[in-house]
Amino acid sequence: MESLVARAGWWLVALLAAVVMFANALDTGFAVHMAIFALAALSGLVISLRGANYKLASAGFKPAVDPSRYDDDLIRWGVILTTFWGCVGFLVGLFIALQLAFPVLNLGIEYTTFGRLRPLHTSAVIFAFGGTALVSTSFYIVQRTCRTRLALPSLARFVFWGYQLFIVLAATGYVMGVTQGKEYAEPEWYVDLWLTAVWVAYLAVFVMTLVKRSEPHIYVANWFFLSFILTVALLHLVNNANMPVSLFGSLSYPLWAGVQGALVQWWYGHNAVGFFLTAGFLAMMYYFVPKQSGRPIFSYRLSIVHFWSLIFLYIWAGPHHLHYTALPDWAQTLGMVFSVMLWMPSWGGMINGLMTLNGAWDKVRTDPIIRMMVFSLAFYGMSTFEGPMMSIKSVNSLSHYTDWTIGHVHSGALGWNGMITFSAIYYLAPRLWNRTRMYSLRMINWHFWLATLGIVLYASSMWVTGIMEGLMWREYGADGYLVNSFAETVAAKFPMYLLRAFGGVLYLSGALIMAFNVWQTIAGNLRQETPLRSADHDPARDVPLAAVPAE
Amino acid sequence: MTEQTKPELWARHKKLERNVALLGVAAFAAVTIGGIVEIAPLFWIDNTIEKVEGMRPYTPLEQAGRDIYVREGCYVCHSQMIRPFRDEVERYGHYSLAAESMYDHPFQWGSKRTGPDLARVGLKYSDEWHVQHLTNPQAVVPESVMPQYAFLTRRELQPVDMGARLTALNRVGVPYTKTDIAQANADLAAQADPMADTADLQKRYPKSQVRDFDGQPDKLTEMDALIAYLQVLGTMVDVNAPAAQEVLGQEKGR
Repeated sequence: MESLVARAGWWLVALLAAVVMFANALDTGFAVHMAIFALAALSGLVISLRGANYKLASAGFKPAVDPSRYDDDLIRWGVILTTFWGCVGFLVGLFIALQLAFPVLNLGIEYTTFGRLRPLHTSAVIFAFGGTALVSTSFYIVQRTCRTRLALPSLARFVFWGYQLFIVLAATGYVMGVTQGKEYAEPEWYVDLWLTAVWVAYLAVFVMTLVKRSEPHIYVANWFFLSFILTVALLHLVNNANMPVSLFGSLSYPLWAGVQGALVQWWYGHNAVGFFLTAGFLAMMYYFVPKQSGRPIFSYRLSIVHFWSLIFLYIWAGPHHLHYTALPDWAQTLGMVFSVMLWMPSWGGMINGLMTLNGAWDKVRTDPIIRMMVFSLAFYGMSTFEGPMMSIKSVNSLSHYTDWTIGHVHSGALGWNGMITFSAIYYLAPRLWNRTRMYSLRMINWHFWLATLGIVLYASSMWVTGIMEGLMWREYGADGYLVNSFAETVAAKFPMYLLRAFGGVLYLSGALIMAFNVWQTIAGNLRQETPLRSADHDPARDVPLAAVPAE
Repeated sequence: MTEQTKPELWARHKKLERNVALLGVAAFAAVTIGGIVEIAPLFWIDNTIEKVEGMRPYTPLEQAGRDIYVREGCYVCHSQMIRPFRDEVERYGHYSLAAESMYDHPFQWGSKRTGPDLARVGLKYSDEWHVQHLTNPQAVVPESVMPQYAFLTRRELQPVDMGARLTALNRVGVPYTKTDIAQANADLAAQADPMADTADLQKRYPKSQVRDFDGQPDKLTEMDALIAYLQVLGTMVDVNAPAAQEVLGQEKGR
């Protein structure tokens, strides 16, 4: 009973605080956000009061849980929301890709300009799609590999839904122009504070679950998850040190300016890639690839070497985003050298994943989920080769500021992060809803090929665009003058922008097929379909050759 | 020797695998070193904290314009960082100095040039050009893919409390004086008002441009603020002055 009163009390306090902030709000963005906060607190209050069994609560009982099962409620929500956010993120991506080809699609109103929708796209795919996948798979994996239920189950629920609230606040903020103007760290100060609270709770749930594990060893996937949670906390706190203009307004100014601001930002930005999109997703890889292939991890020692070298080296690589800028030269060179070194531990992870399939390579032909995993590892290898190459100063002088960077990011995001997440969803959905398999394996196959073709079109068109515009910008004529005006380089990119958008259409349609497949699986349907591969058998012809009597 | 230490090393790692606290501390230590080595020196080495002749904090109107620049996400397509290459210097102007963004909270160097660099766009085009271009970019540059920002001309800049904004900036290290902060709202209106007495404003903010920017003298709009900001970009430091050249000579490696 006490805990029920306490919990409802906290929700009430949060509700009142949000209402007070709302009433005093200085700008529309802040007012809308406080209204969303108030709604969230209100629903928290209603749920904690309605869901309570007062009789048991007053008698001091805790809600009955079945200790013989893992705590999977949140993960079921996670699968649904990851699928949802993925489709949203890809759709916004497609829309802004079309805006770059046809600027009239900016619609002339402030809420739909490219400048506001681009952060919406990046955050929707990285933090909403990727982040929800990470939170849910980490909760799934840490329970299985520790053979224990989640510690602090109520806090785990706060983490999951609190993170969803962060996504909604960030997304609505971008559309209203509430941004602190730092790439991949756009949410304003109060949203940052909220995420900090959620993240500390996340760390607590994860670490306490590790502490109460029934296995003596901590499995390698959990090393990656732990370093991901710790490092993201550090990056988030340092890069979002801000001074709000008012406690009742959304605007704030970052503590860091100029050169210092730039390096802190890209130390953050690059390690958002390194720890959010790499370490966290490697943890998923280290669980789902062995499970789906039925083979143990290729090398335990390789996993140790590549884990420690990966997390140590990654943090140095940020300055490669600032080559030839006003950042001191020594810092640029350090960033470049460490980026090139980073190639090795990255490939350590790829090799460890791919070689896990030793003895099960035939499944690449028969199992579309394994095929997705292999493909995602291959793209992980490709983009972690491309990255170090682009961090070499002389290459970067051409590639920086061009669409090549965009192509590079997407080969990693669509190929590696997207595909490993899709395969995790396909692994999880039938298991979480107790189905024998996904609704349709053939649809997974369709998804695989649509996504693959989409990535190939996307990446290759952006390579061509990026290198072309880099060369056009620096092209000199025999007369010693620059050949191209900037506007001419923009016009030259038009056909490739169309091709890129078409790649996006393919990738999005793959994701929509997945959404349908997941929905049908949850509904409990199994599609009647011919298996992907089976040896031919015709009973009519399976007979001895009858002797024909001579005429 | 190595044959003996090797198994011991792997066995030692097993300790980490069995102890959450140890694993967490070791991982945290591994990720802090790089950041400390690279970031910390930037707060005391000369060429990242030097002040160059001509640099001053933004006027309230310029800062309000800068806030709009940030709000609209201009940085996702425009850089403000000219690299020391022949083609960039010829296209955009002298390469950018560290000191030129010392009062930029947040920095807006950008990472992508879907549109051209803006670090020295100030005074390159007329105010009328900017108004037309921001209202309908395709009318001025047919190849442009920039969104239309006609709504900026319609939106009045008031009411914003520039005093509070300058106070916040002052707290993070921008040297606004008490007078600057007290006068902030008056300065904001005065800079875009050709009739106002701006002698004091121009004394406190040297070389600041005072005029109506958006072609609507009777209204103080967001367009006024944004253009005031664009017109000051890259104009504070006279890069060809002897003092600036001396500073440049000391910057190494570029």
